[in-house]
Amino acid sequence: MKHLLGIDDLGADGISEVLRIADSFLEVTRRDIPKVPALRGKTVVSMFYEDSTRTRLSFETAAKRLSADTMTFSAGSSSLRKGESLLDTVRTVEAMGIDAIVVRHKSSGVPQRIAGWIDASIVNAGDGWHEHPTQALLDAFTLRRHRGDSFAGMKVSIVGDIKHSRVARSNVKALSALGAEVTLVAPPTLLPPDLEGWPVTVNYDLDEVLPTTDVLYVLRIQRERQQEALFPSLREYATRYGITTERMARLPADTLVMHPGPTNRGVEIDALVADDPRSVINEQVANGVAVRMAVLYMLLGSGEGRAA
Amino acid sequence: MRNPPAWSAPDPTGPGHWLLRARVFEAEDLQRAITRIAHEIVERNHGADDVVLVGLYTRGVAVAERLAEAIADFEGVEVSVGRLDVSFYRDDIATRRVSPLGPTQLPGDVKDSVVVLCDDVLFTGRTVRAAMDAVVDFGRPRAVQLAVLVDRGHRELPIRADYVGKNLPTKWDEDVRVHLVPIDEDDGIEIWECVEEGAE
Repeated sequence: MKHLLGIDDLGADGISEVLRIADSFLEVTRRDIPKVPALRGKTVVSMFYEDSTRTRLSFETAAKRLSADTMTFSAGSSSLRKGESLLDTVRTVEAMGIDAIVVRHKSSGVPQRIAGWIDASIVNAGDGWHEHPTQALLDAFTLRRHRGDSFAGMKVSIVGDIKHSRVARSNVKALSALGAEVTLVAPPTLLPPDLEGWPVTVNYDLDEVLPTTDVLYVLRIQRERQQEALFPSLREYATRYGITTERMARLPADTLVMHPGPTNRGVEIDALVADDPRSVINEQVANGVAVRMAVLYMLLGSGEGRAA
Repeated sequence: MRNPPAWSAPDPTGPGHWLLRARVFEAEDLQRAITRIAHEIVERNHGADDVVLVGLYTRGVAVAERLAEAIADFEGVEVSVGRLDVSFYRDDIATRRVSPLGPTQLPGDVKDSVVVLCDDVLFTGRTVRAAMDAVVDFGRPRAVQLAVLVDRGHRELPIRADYVGKNLPTKWDEDVRVHLVPIDEDDGIEIWECVEEGAE
């Protein structure tokens, strides 16, 4: 595998392989010296054209724990301001002698485009409304740490702004490839106009799905969507789709609650819920480093020769 | 025959087929070797209190567990057993596909203990070199020793074993296969050779 642009690059077997390798790296991240020499001499560049805290730090930590050299490029402080095009920027970065670029961009398809221009491996760290594959992988990894390999028949409800969510798109692909049954829960205005071919069921009523949900995946509500009149008010959204303590009480005792972060406490999730023992939100962040180590390792870590 | 580099050793899935040349150890022989090595470890270290047995994935883990059982039998000491994956420390990581074998688990602190690395076959010595690098990332052991069931020669590094089950002279392109319960169905050691198609 040369690039990770979307979950389809991996398939069910590839996803399982990432999760298996991430087990080894999770152990590495827990050592006193959490570092192995696997990517010595490799250079990983993060190019973030959109704000991000956890994803950028998570990738950089992952690269450093593999002993790779890291460089950071952020749109705000670069020659972008002088009008340099994406193509010229990427070529310039490549000329420094690099092995991988981790890309985040507000437009869908940018990582794919860059992959066609240069020789380095490209990792999609979130592109527009398209995909955020490493988020879905770390979510699957977190589930597997709790539930083992038995994804078959697991009932996952994804709640929130599905339409604009690359996280939802990657998670639907990854979790259904592993055998989970995914239900999308949102008002019609926050669902994609066409769900043809998506391996999901849809329900507009959160309260109806709660009692049969094994995993409740809560998406962030972007406040600017309210101005587009996709829902009347944040308060109304919270009333119908917010995860409140009352709704938590109606979830089965062993349901896991996940959120890709950052959370809007009081909108899509109540302040107290994020601290419920069923919430694995902090684990998701910790697991993110191990999973991104696994991805970087699979792309850069070893040669093409036969396994011995 | 010119020695091929280690990473181009005969491909078990390549052209030609593998034939059993000799079965050099039966189950009883293998258990005797384990028992003897266990005694040697305890003798050399004046007991087993500071000893940590660290098995190298995959079959080295089974070797370490067997040695610990044997030591518990005759010495009455529960020796700690760890498992180590050296994949990320290999020197050939950039030239061939290296897939991690399993999570490393070392018992507590290796600092000031005697780490006995355990593996099934000692060949080029490169796995052991990687293992030494990996172990010292966890702390500074008082000593590191090496126990193997088979030393088949052909070293590419200045490394030797402290405890050897059997010295087994082999040709470079032969394959030494150690079988160990519970990973395999039985215990035993075999030498296999690759026969080119149509060469018989």
